[in-house]
Amino acid sequence: MTGTITKDGSEIPLLEAEKLTKIFGTLKACDGIDLKIGTGEIHALLGENGAGKSTLVKMLFGALQPTSGDIAWKGERFTVTSPAMGRSLGIGMVFQHFSLFDALTAAENIALSLDEKSPLDTIATRAREIGQTYGLPVDPDALVGDLSVGERQRIEIIRCLLQNPDLIILDEPTSVLTPQEADLLFVTLERLRSEGKSILYISHRLEEVRRLCDRATVLRHGKVVGQCDPRTQTAASLARMMVGNDIHVIERLPAEWTDRIPLVEVNGLSQRPRGPFSVALHDISLSINGGEILGIAGVAGNGQGELFEAISGEVLQERPHVVRIRGTDAGRIGISARRRLGAAFVPEERLGHGAVPDMSLTNNLLLSRHSTDRKMFLTGGVLKLVSESSLASAAKRIVTQMDVRKSAENPDASALSGGNLQKFLIGRELDRNPSVIVVNQPTWGVDAGAAAHIRQALVDLARSGSAVIVISQDLDELFEISDRIAAMVHGRLSESVPIEAMTMERVGLMMGGADATAGAA
Amino acid sequence: MTMFEAILLTVATAATPLLIAALGELVVERSGVLNLGVEGMMVMGAVTGFAVAQYTGSAWLGMFAAILAGAAFSLLFGFLTLTLITNQVATGLALTLLGLGASAMIGESFVGLPGVRMDSLYIQGLTDIPYVGKVLFGQDPIFYISILLTIGVAWFLFRTRAGLTLRAVGDNHTSAHALGVPVVRIRYLAVIFGGACAGLAGAQLSLVYVPQWVENMTSGRGWIALALVVFASWRPWRILAGAYLFGAVTIGQLHAQALGIGVPSQFMSSLPYLATIIVLVLISRNKRLTLMNTPTSLGKPFVPDR
Repeated sequence: MTGTITKDGSEIPLLEAEKLTKIFGTLKACDGIDLKIGTGEIHALLGENGAGKSTLVKMLFGALQPTSGDIAWKGERFTVTSPAMGRSLGIGMVFQHFSLFDALTAAENIALSLDEKSPLDTIATRAREIGQTYGLPVDPDALVGDLSVGERQRIEIIRCLLQNPDLIILDEPTSVLTPQEADLLFVTLERLRSEGKSILYISHRLEEVRRLCDRATVLRHGKVVGQCDPRTQTAASLARMMVGNDIHVIERLPAEWTDRIPLVEVNGLSQRPRGPFSVALHDISLSINGGEILGIAGVAGNGQGELFEAISGEVLQERPHVVRIRGTDAGRIGISARRRLGAAFVPEERLGHGAVPDMSLTNNLLLSRHSTDRKMFLTGGVLKLVSESSLASAAKRIVTQMDVRKSAENPDASALSGGNLQKFLIGRELDRNPSVIVVNQPTWGVDAGAAAHIRQALVDLARSGSAVIVISQDLDELFEISDRIAAMVHGRLSESVPIEAMTMERVGLMMGGADATAGAA
Repeated sequence: MTMFEAILLTVATAATPLLIAALGELVVERSGVLNLGVEGMMVMGAVTGFAVAQYTGSAWLGMFAAILAGAAFSLLFGFLTLTLITNQVATGLALTLLGLGASAMIGESFVGLPGVRMDSLYIQGLTDIPYVGKVLFGQDPIFYISILLTIGVAWFLFRTRAGLTLRAVGDNHTSAHALGVPVVRIRYLAVIFGGACAGLAGAQLSLVYVPQWVENMTSGRGWIALALVVFASWRPWRILAGAYLFGAVTIGQLHAQALGIGVPSQFMSSLPYLATIIVLVLISRNKRLTLMNTPTSLGKPFVPDR
């Protein structure tokens, strides 16, 4: 399929945005953005967090109204006033944070996004058909809350395809998939392209953009800073365009393999699921020495969160020796007691778990360290008065150390962007010089510059003699910083494999449940 | 009329206002809004129903006026919580206090007056069938409305597209908004429906149950209705069961007192409430059931993107 040809012979793009600007208060989220998407092309939209990608896409899709600028669809100017109108024009969107309803079935979820009023049975049948055609199998009657992230994404894509769109917007689709699942997705996308559909592909992952996309538009600080054919670029040159300078390369000295005692041991941890959307753990054992980083790979929802809770002490074990921290049985003691043993924990969910959204940074600092650093933060002897001044100076130290960018002196946690809050939360723990740190998804949704900063800080901590456990879905990250990698699947943890012996393919198989123990180190 | 039949009838009369008010609140909560003002809306319905019936002589007009009054009162709640984004819990409590106060003021001159009773159904032949005739064909119109309402709400929530949209809004309003669902409008409609139901439940009290006006005549039924919604884990048929269970315990304790069973009457009167607490505890033990049915956005304010 080719686009319509105008009189002067040039092709009319499927979608053309001209001088799109969106202003929130004093912030120019998008500043005069020009974007052209041709028919049958996969167009990459690159940029760090806060570069304005989401805002731009929301304007194209009708979820936000531009402050100024025009959008032309198939050569005609349109004001897209609502997502429903975007859909009726032929623009479909697959969101990064899935906009699915956990308590509804897959078919009900799909039905909600269709504007026509078809009965549920028809929708279920059509969803099955589309799923088969494009290699996206789903069970329409399954409750979404029970599905894996990969399956949820399939529902999102099917839901989008059922509307027969001409343009499909995908917001970081592979960030939650295994390499094998991502390959399957690429096959689907290439098939869609061959059918003449256009795809706007948002991603941080430069290698896959180079592999898949025909054109790329790079955003920085709300402005277009470059347009290119990604196939002619290198990952480094794309990264330079995104960040504005070269990305910091992690310096990683070889680990010193000493025979120190293990700092964290988990011995035969088994646990039943604690709720409808929770995963059972089966006989998990691991051991990590000071000075090394253990990476735990796995697709979301395979028990990583539950493992984290068991090690951090959010969920206590029946037998104390199941979790040992620095040689002490810690299975039955709580979070603060484990912290006093020298451990530190950074959970996956930043707002509401890692930090209280409506509390200031200093208060959030006190919440996690009131017990370990009571001498520093509490004064007045038995009165235990909060020492605001030492809190403020500690917060200042963390902010400087981790390069946290904030708008006010002591803002609420929710006022920080995801990446900056994560830098603060990790800095809050690193500031204690913990001998053990467990981090779940350290750089999820954090932009490249900040992610490099966080990774370097974790590597430095390990090389200074601490034990670091990193649970992550980002395999590039694990390969970059880990000394050993293990994978979680269905609540089981594979044997760990030294990084030298590990390949992308092998970890992918481990994440899929195959090769869980073969050739284990 | 046998004793058994009489008991069944009184149980139904005691259960009906709870059923109606709880069904209304169910729809409200399924849309993600927590309206604790049921008691206030109910008592406003009761006084309005009584007053209009008194002036016009028509119980039917009283009933419709009560529905309107409940809906109007809930609209105030909707405006505060959905448009001005006030705290839903505090606003609901304020609504109850306002309703109790305002109804006492409006109803001052009605205290002690004989009310207008809504006529019960009478179908020649059918109503006279022994044992079941009066229960099935001889009750007041609001009883039949309550049964139709249960069927209607169950059908609406789980069989219609609009009901699906409403549940989606209650499950995740951010996603619903992203799909282009008018979250605030749907919540307004749900809140108004809940208010209308509470008003109707109030009318049942002052036109059927005890056809007169007494200050604070709802005496906590609005709160029981709220508990019933949780008790029923947000499912309409379980609300029917819960309301009749509560009605049965209420009537049972009255009969037990009349028979002079040697238990303090205060204890007997507290039995229905105790029963509610016990059942709530039992139900909340099944975490999966509760989590699956609890509207996830319940009580969370929705502020759309700029």
